[in-house]
Amino acid sequence: MTEARLKKPPAPPGTRRRPGLEEAAALWWRAEVSEESLRRDGRRWTLWTMAVVVVFTAPGIGLLALSPWTLPVALGCFAHAWIVPRLQARRGAGSLVPLGGERSGARRDGADTAAEGVALGLLGDLVGHRERELLRRSGVAVQRGRLGVWLVGERGAIMVRPGGRRVDCWCVRVAETEGLPAADRVAHLLLALREDEAGFAMVANLGFSGAAWRLRRGLPESARPAFDAARELERSGC
Amino acid sequence: MGRLIRLDRTGHTTLAEWSVDRTGSHTEAVAAFRRELDAGMLASVQRADGSAEVVRELPAEAELVVLRRPIAGG
Repeated sequence: MTEARLKKPPAPPGTRRRPGLEEAAALWWRAEVSEESLRRDGRRWTLWTMAVVVVFTAPGIGLLALSPWTLPVALGCFAHAWIVPRLQARRGAGSLVPLGGERSGARRDGADTAAEGVALGLLGDLVGHRERELLRRSGVAVQRGRLGVWLVGERGAIMVRPGGRRVDCWCVRVAETEGLPAADRVAHLLLALREDEAGFAMVANLGFSGAAWRLRRGLPESARPAFDAARELERSGC
Repeated sequence: MGRLIRLDRTGHTTLAEWSVDRTGSHTEAVAAFRRELDAGMLASVQRADGSAEVVRELPAEAELVVLRRPIAGG
């Protein structure tokens, strides 16, 4: 643990220490995450996706205009325009690892079932009644924040942005998971998020930002109820 | 009464409990707290409203203080 923290370069003299999450304070070179920075990143992702669609669609249309015999090549271009954004969204959805899912640590060989039970009990105590039910059904913890409603898994987190139409996917994990029960991994991320939401987003890496409907189809079936509930929370503003 | 717990491979371990009635219990809890922080653990106080606050000193009035490992970008 200590070694991992020492790998980071020390802050230049005179750098003000950031309050809140310790891990974010160590990342002195990273920009603060705010509503504005999230909007800016979201616009960049949208522009990038549009650029991908245009870059592959335009040659396809051009080829068809030249000759109908180019249809197979044009279809290849259109397929690329469709599949690249879809793969990006799938990658974003894949950053979330729900408890008990295919990639869950609870399924690993040698997982301590007693420890998993204890960890799950504590996680259940940490979340509210409604969130506990969602956690049981979907394997992810739902947490309302100032920047949006979060879904937190063993690894990764998804933030449903205000209005519920855009989502941001974050790659984040416990630095050293060795021997840690799966539910404790969720608890670690949930606690860090509660301690300092902006700091949490600062430590995590943004892996995808885009429309909620694009992401939903890439999510595991079990995680979708929590995703829908988070979107509903954002839409209703409760 | 306050409780200091550490998230670990057993699920969680209660490291210390303290209350105003038990003389010296807070001092013992502070010692345990310092040991964990020195080992690289991070601490936060859990609030009833679902929020949490990072702490570097053990607050005597806290009901639940949780120690966890650091997180990182994946």
